[in-house]
Amino acid sequence: MYDKTIRGVLIKGDKTYGQITSEILAPQERKAPMWWFAFMTLFTIGLAFGVYSMYVTVTQGIGTWGLNNSLGWGWDIINFVWWIGIGHAGTAFSIFLLILRQRWRTSINRAAEAMTVVAVLCAGLYPMIHMGRIWNAFFIMPYPNSRGPLWVNFNSPLFWDVVAISTYLMASATFWYIGMIPDLASVRDRATSKIKKAIYGFLSFGWMGSARSWLRFETTALILGGLTAPLVIAVHSIVSMDFATSVMAGWHTTVFPPYFVVGAIFSGFAMVLTLMIIIRKVFKFQDFVTDGHIDAIGRILTFVSLIMGTAYSTEIFMAWYSGAEGEIYTFFHNRIAGDHTKAFWTMVSCNAIIPQLFWFKKIRKNLTMVFIISIIINIGMWFERYVIIVTSLTKDYLPSNWATYRPTIIEIGIYAGTLSIFGLGVLLFIRYIPMMAMSELKMILKPTSKK
Amino acid sequence: MKKYWKSLDELKENQEGNIPANEVAPEFSIEGLTEDEVKSKLKSNRRDFLKMLGFSVSTAALAASCEQPVRKAIPFLNKPEEVTPGTASHYASTFYDGNDYCPVVVKVRDGRPIKIEGNELSSITEGGTNARIQASVLGLYDSYRLNHPLKNGQKTDWTTLDSEITNALSGINVTGGKIIILSASVISPSMLRIFEEFKTKYPNTEVIYYDTVSYSAMRKANFETFGKEAVMRYNFADTEVIAGFNCDFLGSWLSPVEYALQYSKSRDLTNGKNTISKHYQFESWMSLTGSNADIRYPIKPSDEKVILANLYNYIAAKSGTPQIQVQASPVDISKLAEDLMLHQGKSLTVSGTNDVHIQTLVNAINFLTGNQGSTLGFERSSNLKKGIDERFEMLLGEMEQGKVDALFVYNVNPAYDYYDPAKFINALKNVKLSVSFGETPDETTKLCTYVCPDNHSLESWGDAEPFTGIYSLAQPCIQKLFDTRQMGESLLKWAGNTMDIHSYIQKYWEENLYPKQSEYLSFTDFWNHTLQKGVFEVQLGLYACPLYNFDYLMSLAPLMFADKPASGLELTLYEKVGLGTGKMANNPWLQELPDPITKAVWDNYLALSPTWAKENGFAMEDLVKINGTMELPVMLQPGQPYGTAAIAIGYGRTDGGKVANNLGKNAFVLASFINGSKQYSISSITIEKTGSTYPLATTQTHHQMEGRPLVRETVLGKWQQNPESGNELHRITEEKAVSLYKKPHYDSFHWELAIDLNKCIGCSACVIACQAENNVAVIGKEEVRKKRIMHWIRIDRYYSAVPPEKIGPDEFFNLEPENPEVFHQPVMCQHCDNAPCENVCPVAATPHSKEGLNQMAYNRCIGTRYCMNNCPYRVRRFNWYRYADNEKFDYNFNDELSKMVLNPDVVVRERGVVEKCSMCIQRIQEKKLKAKNENRMLEDGEINVACAQACPTKAIVFGNTNDKESRVSKLFDNARRYHLLEELHTLSSVGYLTKVRNKNVEDINENSEQHS
Repeated sequence: MYDKTIRGVLIKGDKTYGQITSEILAPQERKAPMWWFAFMTLFTIGLAFGVYSMYVTVTQGIGTWGLNNSLGWGWDIINFVWWIGIGHAGTAFSIFLLILRQRWRTSINRAAEAMTVVAVLCAGLYPMIHMGRIWNAFFIMPYPNSRGPLWVNFNSPLFWDVVAISTYLMASATFWYIGMIPDLASVRDRATSKIKKAIYGFLSFGWMGSARSWLRFETTALILGGLTAPLVIAVHSIVSMDFATSVMAGWHTTVFPPYFVVGAIFSGFAMVLTLMIIIRKVFKFQDFVTDGHIDAIGRILTFVSLIMGTAYSTEIFMAWYSGAEGEIYTFFHNRIAGDHTKAFWTMVSCNAIIPQLFWFKKIRKNLTMVFIISIIINIGMWFERYVIIVTSLTKDYLPSNWATYRPTIIEIGIYAGTLSIFGLGVLLFIRYIPMMAMSELKMILKPTSKK
Repeated sequence: MKKYWKSLDELKENQEGNIPANEVAPEFSIEGLTEDEVKSKLKSNRRDFLKMLGFSVSTAALAASCEQPVRKAIPFLNKPEEVTPGTASHYASTFYDGNDYCPVVVKVRDGRPIKIEGNELSSITEGGTNARIQASVLGLYDSYRLNHPLKNGQKTDWTTLDSEITNALSGINVTGGKIIILSASVISPSMLRIFEEFKTKYPNTEVIYYDTVSYSAMRKANFETFGKEAVMRYNFADTEVIAGFNCDFLGSWLSPVEYALQYSKSRDLTNGKNTISKHYQFESWMSLTGSNADIRYPIKPSDEKVILANLYNYIAAKSGTPQIQVQASPVDISKLAEDLMLHQGKSLTVSGTNDVHIQTLVNAINFLTGNQGSTLGFERSSNLKKGIDERFEMLLGEMEQGKVDALFVYNVNPAYDYYDPAKFINALKNVKLSVSFGETPDETTKLCTYVCPDNHSLESWGDAEPFTGIYSLAQPCIQKLFDTRQMGESLLKWAGNTMDIHSYIQKYWEENLYPKQSEYLSFTDFWNHTLQKGVFEVQLGLYACPLYNFDYLMSLAPLMFADKPASGLELTLYEKVGLGTGKMANNPWLQELPDPITKAVWDNYLALSPTWAKENGFAMEDLVKINGTMELPVMLQPGQPYGTAAIAIGYGRTDGGKVANNLGKNAFVLASFINGSKQYSISSITIEKTGSTYPLATTQTHHQMEGRPLVRETVLGKWQQNPESGNELHRITEEKAVSLYKKPHYDSFHWELAIDLNKCIGCSACVIACQAENNVAVIGKEEVRKKRIMHWIRIDRYYSAVPPEKIGPDEFFNLEPENPEVFHQPVMCQHCDNAPCENVCPVAATPHSKEGLNQMAYNRCIGTRYCMNNCPYRVRRFNWYRYADNEKFDYNFNDELSKMVLNPDVVVRERGVVEKCSMCIQRIQEKKLKAKNENRMLEDGEINVACAQACPTKAIVFGNTNDKESRVSKLFDNARRYHLLEELHTLSSVGYLTKVRNKNVEDINENSEQHS
């Protein structure tokens, strides 16, 4: 069992149960500060830009993007995979750390799961908007119809994507929501206005906190957790198969599923770190998100970063070992050297080299450094997807087709739009939903029965 | 209860309403209804019915008028004999626009000509076409065409116009003034007769021929050396050695469709032949012909004469004829000279330079190597290119002096393509009566007082005699669209002959050609059969070859090199394979046809040698000023000789139409008139940077194969020893291709294509043929620049590269910048039996057919573009925008008239769907259905895909490989066969045959090292 004398307390400040509730809910019970409105406005503007860009895309066509005959995917799928990766943090936190009995996760998992839901929503937008005929998007659903019946192509990884992502979105949203019910009840109980009471009362499904409720609550959480765990692996494995099952050099790689899953967890954890450092700072949650938390995530990132490095080396080795002309060209003349050198080396240094700084305790303790590195990782992971998609498509088998790619303002606008959706989601989350799983925090306040 | 009523009707109705239900005769069956239901049914009375009817009719009308276009569907009460809706009719006809001649067959669907094919019965072309001929059908539906006669730019009618012109002509007749008919070369015998008739009425008439690109020096040289002012007929088919000097005979020179066919015959290695011709090419720009040559020498234009003189001397020394004084040749010609001597009567030396000295030398060389009367001769001399430059120069002088009273302009446009347009325009002002027969208000036509618009050739009757004794007929395939009149008919009318052109031609044939044959016993029979076949040949009697006049050569010899030697940067003007002389510049298909060499579209440019450009500080797309006036962007062109430049003519139209105007610059103005002929090369031009750049759109931006076995090649010597040479990889791949899955088998047909890379010359006729057949969109320069061209078939062009260790950072220097070998490879959907695209489509929009075709269900496609990403050949095309009915793409999908050219068998694709080559599935289905109706098996060759049908060299062969006797099966059995990217195990249905160059083994070893 966990012994606080060795690892230090998980929640500092010798808090009572009541204090936990009031401290965590305090920011929401205060009036919203000016900066909150400022950021809401900023992100709304960003969202408007995104909506405009999507409007242009849908009304005029994909031609408004920078794609061409050789390169059918660009920022759309880069950002799709990037968001999906970020969306892995929440579930990974809740499930894997649960399995690994890392109880420190409780102060972070709520935010991480919220992030997951918003990130997956952002990700889900891309496969829709990137369709040439979005109005026929329902064709991709396997539903009984009078056209034959005409079914979808069950061999296509894109169809697997649809299934995996929609399942993942629903499962993680449910998991997140169900975990929130007792806390929503706490908000209801503390609510002063009738409307707030009614809303949170409804949202908490009339939670009474009876022993039977708790029993069922925990059972449900466990079952859902168990169901969602394989999804984490499945979703990004399937996303990776979009590439791995193809014939394109640089895509056609068997290492992709584990490589993508690990990459996703990597970017997800980095994003959690970014977010938690901000939340901790702004809402003075240092007692809940302690230096120990940051330190633990830092250690995980160091390890995952090593896996990333291994994956990159494996790819390069296999390209050389295969002796296949296309593979060798893609890796040695188009990534390590060649047109896309900058992107490739940005990817390697951001993902495999810089995070190694976390080996040093001094760096892990230096919040500014941790914050910067967490952002660098997210940039690096974006470049990873860029390298995979753009290098393989721009210079493929027939040199006559070689092309270049530059995103247009419309593609940038859509990305800005999804970033804004994410920002808005986070802002709404910190304003209206208990930022930490209070009920679970209370469970780890006194971890042993010694006291 | 009291009843209130407003009118008597209402009162009556109320009373009626009181009648018990069972007494009202039911209007419909009410069996099975309960009594209550019957009652309720009957409550809906006539008035309600009328209300409902009124409402529904008005709603329907409203809805219909708001959303749907009015469709005019008129049933055929009296069906025209030849028209069956939904079934195409084909009419044999002739294409001749003053430049290209080609016997054609026009496909007419529901009264609209929609496709032009070559006439397979023609001994000249055997069914071949070129890009311009394929594209010409779009010209019929050009909204820029004049749709009524004009006087001073105002609409007028034919009666007024006829009387005014006749009056004016009679006036001139009285005063004895001069009447000139300025025409492009006329090859129609009946038209020549009309000219004669016109001359009878107006004796002071003279016909002056004017060719956009002049061959005047050739006629003059032929006259001086052989005593015949004619153009010879050439036969490349039987040649063993070909020497071309600045002569793009595969792309633009004289009769390129004919020569392409002959050339491919001399390059054929499939029908048991085991040798091919050896082709030397000396040229000052990278031409299509040069790109196919076995040995190519980049030379300065000024060196051509020196080289030819040296070649002549070498041969003359051996054959004992007098030599001429000349400096040493800049290239070693001894090999070529030996080859020519060795293959007496089996070689051909040709030059495209419009210079009497050069043509005189060429004639001498051909004469001395025994070719006269063998591979070239006057027996069936050509009627093409009749223009004599000096005559036109004289005419301009006469016009300036006011000596010309009437000028009839037919099929020429000197206000655009004369080297000094201002001179012509000013001279024209002194002509009292100027009449143009222009189909469109082009640069010259808009200057003429009267415009009598000619019919489009698809609306016209006509005949042609391109070579002595070889005739073809042209017939209208559609009622004329506008109020136009055939030029011949106009002339006849003014000459006082009221006969219509159809009867006139018929009469001409009855009088002149019918007697020359013995097959048909009545003229009607003869006429009907010839009209159906389109072509007619007359046997010629014995013919004596003229002897070469060496005295003339000797008299020229001292003058030949008397001029100051050329210096500085030397410029050559050339015709692009697609656009040609610019006559069809308003054709968006041709504008968007990638140049076979540069792959550029929508522009002309200054081609420079990469090395020279680098040394002088010019880079790709730099905007430069030529001779201080003309601004053009730079195109670095490997193969362009050092110290030379080249510009394509045909661009820079000002009144060419909405598509043509303001594209590129008019390079005709750089030509000059020296030594009695128009010169298309100019020395000492200056170019200076303007400091800005100009974007060029090319469809291919990488030019080397990166050592990949894409175009496999070998040389003749090696191939003769081992037919598999160059293709050894194929066997290895086949052996290694182990799969857990069975190879698919198709029970009925397995449609496949074989492409002989040794025959493909890269002319791009297939590209336009496919575009016309399959309604492929034109997208404009900006979109092409974004690499979004829609063509279903493209021709990949690669240059050979320098050895890998020398590869530098600049791409053009990875190629052999001075003289690369060029490879052309047509690539369309490969219809893989193990198609990567099919697996990945989430909605199964691209399935595999039971006949081995990869199909596209446009209606099912949602546009994820996954298939495009996963196609290693990149042949899939996405509709990035809506290309039809879109103002932004105002080409041929945006107005009612030009949309008439659409093939109704092929759907116009919507925005957001992926499209690609379907192997002309509509043609396959049509012929399968026909065979089924006739209860027989399909014959090999009965179905042909558009690209294969258009191909002038028959490089593409389509067929069923389940039939082991089919042509395609036999080609697939050839040891030269391989598949593109076969190592990916896509099991593609398109087989390529290796390219075999006729080089010596030593040359090859050098080369293969370079390619490794």
